[in-house]
Amino acid sequence: MREYAGADRIEGPLVMAEGYGKAALGELVEVRSGNGARLGQVLTTGEDLVVTELWSETAGLHPHELLLRFRGETFHTVVSREMAGRVFDGLGRPRDGLPPPMAEARVDIHGAPLNPVARAYPQDLIETGISAIDGMNTVVRGQKLPIFSGSGLPHNELAAQIALQARIADESENFAVVFVALGVSHDTAAYFQQRFEESGLLARTAVFLNLADESPLERMVTPRVALSLAEFLAFERGYHVLVLMTDITNYAEALREISSRRNEVPGRKAYPGNLYSDLAEIFERSGRVGGRQGSVTQISILTMPGDDITHPVPDVTGYITEGQIVLSRALHRQGVYPPIDVLSSLSRLMKNGIGEHRTRADHPSLAAQLYASYARVQEVRAISVVIGETALTPTDRSYLEFGRAFETRFVAQPADQARSITQTLDTAWEILSLLPSSELTRIREADLHRHYLGKPEGQVKQ
Amino acid sequence: MTHSKESTRTGTLIWISGPVVKARISGPISVLEQVHVGEARLAGEVIGLNHGLATIQVYEETNGLRPGEPLCGTGAPLSVMLGPGLLANIYDGLQRPLAVIRDQQGIYLRHGSQAEALPSKKWNFTPRARAGDLVHPGSVLGVVPETQLIEHRVLIPIAVEGKLIDIARQGDYAVHDVLATVEDAGGARHPLTMVDRWAVRTERPVQERLEPSRPLITGQRVLDTFEPLAKGGTAAMPGPFGAGKTMLQQALVKWCDADVIIYVGCGERGNEMAEVVNEFQRLTDPSSGRPLMERTIFVANTSNMPVAAREASIYSATTIAEYYRDQGYAVALMADSTSRWAEALREISGRLEEMPTEEGFPAYLPSRIAAFYERAGRVRTLGGNEGSVTMVGSVSPPGGDFTEPVTQYTQRFTRAFWALDRALANARHYPAINWQTSYSLYVNTVAAWWAKETAPDWQALRSTAAQVLEQASRLDQLVQLVGAQALPERQRWILDAARLFKEGFLQQNVVHPIDAYCAPAKQVALLRLFVELYQVGQQVIESGTPLARIHQVLDIRRLVQIKETVPNDQVDQITQLLSELKARVNALVPAERKA
Repeated sequence: MREYAGADRIEGPLVMAEGYGKAALGELVEVRSGNGARLGQVLTTGEDLVVTELWSETAGLHPHELLLRFRGETFHTVVSREMAGRVFDGLGRPRDGLPPPMAEARVDIHGAPLNPVARAYPQDLIETGISAIDGMNTVVRGQKLPIFSGSGLPHNELAAQIALQARIADESENFAVVFVALGVSHDTAAYFQQRFEESGLLARTAVFLNLADESPLERMVTPRVALSLAEFLAFERGYHVLVLMTDITNYAEALREISSRRNEVPGRKAYPGNLYSDLAEIFERSGRVGGRQGSVTQISILTMPGDDITHPVPDVTGYITEGQIVLSRALHRQGVYPPIDVLSSLSRLMKNGIGEHRTRADHPSLAAQLYASYARVQEVRAISVVIGETALTPTDRSYLEFGRAFETRFVAQPADQARSITQTLDTAWEILSLLPSSELTRIREADLHRHYLGKPEGQVKQ
Repeated sequence: MTHSKESTRTGTLIWISGPVVKARISGPISVLEQVHVGEARLAGEVIGLNHGLATIQVYEETNGLRPGEPLCGTGAPLSVMLGPGLLANIYDGLQRPLAVIRDQQGIYLRHGSQAEALPSKKWNFTPRARAGDLVHPGSVLGVVPETQLIEHRVLIPIAVEGKLIDIARQGDYAVHDVLATVEDAGGARHPLTMVDRWAVRTERPVQERLEPSRPLITGQRVLDTFEPLAKGGTAAMPGPFGAGKTMLQQALVKWCDADVIIYVGCGERGNEMAEVVNEFQRLTDPSSGRPLMERTIFVANTSNMPVAAREASIYSATTIAEYYRDQGYAVALMADSTSRWAEALREISGRLEEMPTEEGFPAYLPSRIAAFYERAGRVRTLGGNEGSVTMVGSVSPPGGDFTEPVTQYTQRFTRAFWALDRALANARHYPAINWQTSYSLYVNTVAAWWAKETAPDWQALRSTAAQVLEQASRLDQLVQLVGAQALPERQRWILDAARLFKEGFLQQNVVHPIDAYCAPAKQVALLRLFVELYQVGQQVIESGTPLARIHQVLDIRRLVQIKETVPNDQVDQITQLLSELKARVNALVPAERKA
């Protein structure tokens, strides 16, 4: 550790010291002043200027009174299994009044990229008990799947339901939750803690809180500390870890704030040009490793500003994650819970998690048919608005009926109901059977015979 | 860390900011020279020299570097190592073998790895030249069975010309063993091994460039039939997230009929890379039954790996592609995604405080993109053979907006444009290629091949199908206003036919065992099936037969599933079905008249 007394300038969160030329890039710095210590890291380092970025506000500091302690390494955090059941602040320090956990290891919060060839391809299904997810956007262990939502939509309820129900199917194994609050309100954090507590999940949950009234600068660090724990539990201790982060948009806005204070060239909507790389550093810390037990699955909440999926934050995220669950305000207004807009939702890893030996042989084509038919429902609805329902062909009218049933019986389900895969698939068949079999072009003949409940069509006269 | 390398200290670091560092230089160093940065010997490249100051982009994580650490030159530009053992390998953007690194360093990538690109195993070398021969750059010294699919031709390096004064006998040799000696006109002797090195930013020379003439068969109907790509051609594949770019790229890597495939995962997802690599261990080449891995090289630079190496990965891969082209092979290079490469350029440019242009990209973005796609082509190699490099680059436009710079420039410098569409993807119409906004300038180039190899009327079939789709999209707008019931039967039949083309032909299931790859003969048979059914239906309707009668004869559900039920080697079934159905539809006419 090296100390250096007196900085030269303070600009926002940046502390410049001109005389000290030996700092390492990314090195952890403790900035001491009369009223305590703050932490930060070296942002750029040169032989005649070191720029340190602090993770807390610099109000009240005077450059000449500062003592900079260069800690000789990047920010490391303690990780251990004991951290489940505990609550930490955004930098990983206990905030539940208990002593710090015993360290099983100390790790660099930035982690290191998983070697692509060391990864195992994720294909073990996570049963969430939610039909719109299990049936049409199946999640697998090791996936990163955000929930794209809007303000006022029930994303918190959905995320909590996923965490609770996913765990039910997982009772026999090592299962842990890492909950990360990024700039959300006290109420939101309390809601999750309460839901976890009621169901006995809290003892398995490590909570990291950087709340709305806490430093956005610290928000850079929080997910990295939390993911360091998740990786440790998964890849060193064999846990299946579900990381629940909320809200990625707050994180991205913090990035933008910092970027602007650093005077960087702004990109789209003034978000920094490295938004993609920065978010990728976070999301890519999920997956499975060949020859090891555990997994890191990330389900993050992202509220789309103005419900706009082309806004830079959801846009960049969609390019990084393995799909997205999109919530629809229209469905929410109709009282459908969970209001999942299946057409714009996607799970890229679904195909290897479903089908024969995994869920059921008819699952892949059933899902494809539901998508195609529900897409047709949208077209028919648009036509029927103009020409009226009675002017539609009988087939098109059956699409309208299918669409209503799909939304109210398949997508909608009680917030405390966990449907089995079989229930989900059987419900799907019931609804599809509202359509004439000639419309089910994605379904194989054999599956049609086995599962289709509608009237057989006497159409082919030979 | 090894410190035994030949490079020597040529400078001292004075400034470090992200992937860009500056050093005060004290020894010989040149622009674009590859350098080792700091005690950890991180890989870097000199991108600027000014008044004794070198600016370096570093291809590895720079956290932990301090001012005062050494800079060491290597005396050579950023290069790749070429020789047998490239195939079936998985490299990072700097051509470091990722499997070796995993064995050395564990599951995480730590920086400063020095693993060599080519395996140290011995290869069975058979000479093809004899002592006393005059040899030229690009002529074949000998061959090595690199995999069971690809014979590796050891070429005389580009800079070497003269008389072969000795050459090894057939036997097992390692890549660095000296196999031959060439004496040039000046009397200097050049010992030759199986290894060649080539600077990645320099194009490998060829004798002449040829016009592409043969199609690159991908087995994807919408591409091969409607927007074909030629061997040696270039294609851009833009699409918003979730439109299926990666799935389609991977389908091409699996099924396209190039001899050697290079897949660059540039700034993309780790899990997807794991998937494609995992799948390639199992998949076999349809013609030889050998693992597809034996003709494939992966370059993996996932989104969380250092950003500057994305930029290098594109060039490393291109150079490897040219190397196999020079051996006389048809090579296909798939880059997913070129937008991440462009973003890496932007990020480095920002660190250098260059003047930004559109969307913050540097002014040299278009020239870089143009230069990249110019390295594609069908050529006569220096050795006199024919070889080609075909390039397919996916583009990830922000917000799915095709007017953004990377899409625009790429569209200008490529000749096939495969636009992926979010609406189609949402309806799970895959591949989600929009047949109206996509185009290919290779249609006339490859038409002769299709006419000769499949059907003389290929052009006519495909343009009839295209017309039906075009008419149907106009009718669809009308249906939005008046409903399908209000259209005359002739027009409703066009909508039915378009549905057959969309669901029975354009849609293709990349994970279906039969449908994943559609051979040219089956493509034409399916196309003919739908075109001729459409035509005969139209005649029958003209003669007054109600559309409902045609519907009774044609089972639409069954027709659109033929692609999944009839395998590539039983195309006759489709032809037979067509004549049966045509007969049945035609039979409707006399029945009507009798009534």
